[in-house]
Amino acid sequence: MARTITYREAINEALAQEMERDDSVIVMGEDNAGGEGSPGEMDAWGGVLGVTKGLYHRFPGRVLDTPISESAFIGAAIGAATAGMRPVAELMFVDFMGVCFDQIYNQAAKFRYMFGGKAVTPVVIRTMYGAGLRAAAQHSQCLYPLFTHIPGLKVAVPATPYDAKGLLTQAIRDDDPVMFFEHKALYDVAGPVPEEGYALPFGEANVVREGGDVTIVALGRMVHTSLEAAEQLAGDGVQCEVVDLRTTSPLDEDTVLESVEGTGRLVVVDEAHPRCSMATDISALVARKAFGALQAPVEMVTAPHTPVPFANTLEDLYVPDAQRIANAVKATAEWTR
Amino acid sequence: MTDERIVAVTMPKWGLSMQLGKITSWIVAEGDDVSVGDDLADIETEKIAGTLEAADAGTLRRIIARVGEDVPVSSTIALLAPPGVGDDDLDAAAAEARAVIDAGVPDEAAGGPAVETADVGGRRVSYVGTGQGGDVVLLVHGYGGDRNSWLFLQEPLAARHRVYALDLPGHGTSSKDVGDGSAGTLADAVLGVLDAIGAERAHLVGHSLGGAVAVAAAARDPGRISSLTLIAPSGFGPEINTGYLRGFAGAQTRRELKPVVGQLFADERLVTRQMVDDLLAYKRLDGVEAALHTLVDTLLDGDTQRMDAAAAITAIGGSVPVTVVWGSADGVIPAAQAESVAGAVRHLLEGAGHMPHMERPAEVQAAIEETIARTT
Repeated sequence: MARTITYREAINEALAQEMERDDSVIVMGEDNAGGEGSPGEMDAWGGVLGVTKGLYHRFPGRVLDTPISESAFIGAAIGAATAGMRPVAELMFVDFMGVCFDQIYNQAAKFRYMFGGKAVTPVVIRTMYGAGLRAAAQHSQCLYPLFTHIPGLKVAVPATPYDAKGLLTQAIRDDDPVMFFEHKALYDVAGPVPEEGYALPFGEANVVREGGDVTIVALGRMVHTSLEAAEQLAGDGVQCEVVDLRTTSPLDEDTVLESVEGTGRLVVVDEAHPRCSMATDISALVARKAFGALQAPVEMVTAPHTPVPFANTLEDLYVPDAQRIANAVKATAEWTR
Repeated sequence: MTDERIVAVTMPKWGLSMQLGKITSWIVAEGDDVSVGDDLADIETEKIAGTLEAADAGTLRRIIARVGEDVPVSSTIALLAPPGVGDDDLDAAAAEARAVIDAGVPDEAAGGPAVETADVGGRRVSYVGTGQGGDVVLLVHGYGGDRNSWLFLQEPLAARHRVYALDLPGHGTSSKDVGDGSAGTLADAVLGVLDAIGAERAHLVGHSLGGAVAVAAAARDPGRISSLTLIAPSGFGPEINTGYLRGFAGAQTRRELKPVVGQLFADERLVTRQMVDDLLAYKRLDGVEAALHTLVDTLLDGDTQRMDAAAAITAIGGSVPVTVVWGSADGVIPAAQAESVAGAVRHLLEGAGHMPHMERPAEVQAAIEETIARTT
């Protein structure tokens, strides 16, 4: 595993390898094919941040440009999936899902159930989420809780290049609709990734740091922020165990519960809003199933219940940082009845 | 060092990519007398936890590396010196060593030797070589292992030999196509690597399945193999832990895999989370599961071993020196099978499991060096 590539390259590689392996895999979205022939451009843009760059010429006829109409092309992708294709549609920013939500939660998510298991919908919807790019309230949200709420959808939120490739490969091979969340701020993060294809099973959390004092459960970009906090805290003698959920649906309850049974203390870190979120979900899970192990109240570190602000200084305050996580860990570690 | 009688104990290099180690506990204290082979400290790296054994005898006069701090490979972690050496000299040497630890990993240390590949019958076979001169030694890992299985041995052996470790087909970064999965097919990979590095002769060291593969390679081309060191080799008796072999091939999650991997070691605490995660990442590569199931069929006929390396050893006769190393607490292949290795020098390592090259590397290294010495 010596080779190092970025999160963006890992996603691109998973797409390319699965397209190579299986002719039914196609890629579609806004500006996936567009851009070619415009001044100075030899290749298609490969989407707004270039994640699918290079695929257009490598797989002729299988990288499709779509109109700026999510309701149309997400519906088309879901329809193609029911008809035997394995489409990977790029829904540029998850903030735009409002116009195609019926197609996702009331159609794709329901087919296998309503048709007695006779219909499968192997569609993947890749989408960008998260704050930090100065993109304001309509391009910066963390909306994975909305999809996690819907039975029939699978939801992956990879934190590292290794996980991004393995989870996207699994998403494409999976017969159920998968929402695949890519944090904009992670695209340039590099890490070791095998050159060969591999699928990471859904519903398997990853213990990314071992420690006996406090459990931190995080996902997506917040895994990195939590590791930064854990490193700081280790210097102060507090050993954190950091659990990366990897997928929110299905959810690996066992790894979370086992960790809290070892530490007795839990901090959940989630970039999403604090109500009806992964933070509340994990808190409720632990309160119900590991109550006896808890030695302190569960702490949540989340964004506030407000839209993402446009002002730089306010956006920086909005996203949980290592200091806030460290403060929450200390509060729970020092808590006494 | 200001006084030649001061001997440095250094951070070992366990694996070609290791740059930092962390002492988790000191087993000895300042003032203790140590003999060669005594346990000095428990050390943890990114990949593995192990115990450092003393390479020299003497009185431990200064401990330099603190528990829990990151220490660059080869830097001095403690000082041995006879009582006659004065405190001033020791303090000066200790200050010098402390500065090296504080400086961290030098930039030029990054990386390690490059992975090379050979094309053997259309299959990509990866290998890594290290060491400047001397005889060629090729290390052949077992079922489910890879070239990194030799992390405690490749570097120390390279002080006197040109040491290569390969990934057998189906393993590591080699092609995952194992063909019929037979010992002959795997032996082709071993001989193919010798061709690729231009080695006319080589000493083979094989562990478990790799032991049977080394024997098969020697049977194919006896004139090319200078010696065989077989570590808990397969093919020398009917009994084998089938639960381990099938469990390893079948495990899908870390919960399933961890207890299986634990059976490899006499002390299952040697199995770190990182070791299990690395094995799981390997098992999830496309093609690996099928390769492992094919190899299980090579190894097993029902509940007993299918391979027969004993006949091949007999056929080679006395022309190639053979050494066999076995852990008395081997939970995968019983150590009693060492008796079936005709004409071999036998080393039984009391208390070691199926992975003596990881559990007791110093003794395995000594056995390999001794085998090589018998040929000159």
